[in-house]
Amino acid sequence: MPTRRQLILGTGGILALAAGTLALGAWRSRSGVAPAPPSADLPLPLTAMSWQLTSHLSARVGPGDWVGRPALVFFGFTWCPDVCPTTLMNIAGWLEELGSEADKLTIALISVDSERDTPEVMSEYVAMFDPRILGLTGSPEEIALTAAEFRIRYEKVPRDDGDYTMNHTAGVFLFYPDGRFASIIDFHEDPQFAVPKIKRILA
Amino acid sequence: MKTLLYSVPFLLIASSAIAGSCPQWTVGDLVIDAAWSKATIGDARPGIIYFTVTNTGAEADNLTGIATPAAEMPMLHETVVTDGIASMPHAPAIPVPANGSVSLAPGGYHGMLMGLTAALAKGDTFPATLTFERAGTVEIEVAVEALTAREPTCRQDAS
Repeated sequence: MPTRRQLILGTGGILALAAGTLALGAWRSRSGVAPAPPSADLPLPLTAMSWQLTSHLSARVGPGDWVGRPALVFFGFTWCPDVCPTTLMNIAGWLEELGSEADKLTIALISVDSERDTPEVMSEYVAMFDPRILGLTGSPEEIALTAAEFRIRYEKVPRDDGDYTMNHTAGVFLFYPDGRFASIIDFHEDPQFAVPKIKRILA
Repeated sequence: MKTLLYSVPFLLIASSAIAGSCPQWTVGDLVIDAAWSKATIGDARPGIIYFTVTNTGAEADNLTGIATPAAEMPMLHETVVTDGIASMPHAPAIPVPANGSVSLAPGGYHGMLMGLTAALAKGDTFPATLTFERAGTVEIEVAVEALTAREPTCRQDAS
């Protein structure tokens, strides 16, 4: 058991490193002279991201589409039995508390499971939750670039029965309307802190 | 066979759910309460089981196993978040403290149902057998709630 966990953490570390390097490369290639390098573990501003994904409505979406509105973004996969539905229900609770203010938010679930989560599968899944939630997916390369720019980690974990599950960053990322990264709502964060964090990006 | 399996217990549970309190099962000093699951989209995705175990005795116990005809490979898991990354390791023994309780609930311990024999629909129930190290085994009926449920619709008695 400890061996397996160490293995998972070890692989996660390598993934993170790879993600950081990728993101840094992408970031440098766009901006001629780099100012201070971005922090190793915080998402880039949306304005410095370059990913392109496909929405559950089969539209191509990029970070530029989100600038101008506050955004709430999280990662998951639709085969996820506990974490993702729980996050979705937490979000539903926050939206309820925010009332009509919540309509200003871009809310997106980005899949880390390219293999199973096609746009059609995402569509079926997000329809079960809130119509304001956008489901995004893409090719393995597209998802890898997105993960790198958000500084998130994910890893495919084979199961004994031949199936697989995904470990992934579970926090919810908040961005200001101008695309700056604002904060993260952790998976086990006290709900009383979540709504004020969202209110800050809505202000 | 499957219809019979699901529909008969459903009638029994439905009446108690309408009455308000969640059904309870007892084995030794342990009381199992608020057993619920979530509807699934199809039968390819894993299902989930949540419940609460209350120990009225002075000796601690461990929940070590789960079995159910609803899935080929049911297993006890725990959602663990390490450095912001969620994983679901197998939980070989979930501690039930003496004079205390443990909840299998969203975001923590849960029974994961891999290889569902059929999709789970809201309103279904299915049996599950829990194995405790000291108290032995007990069969419970798990009520399937909506995929978007956060808790069982029955009222959980204070434990």
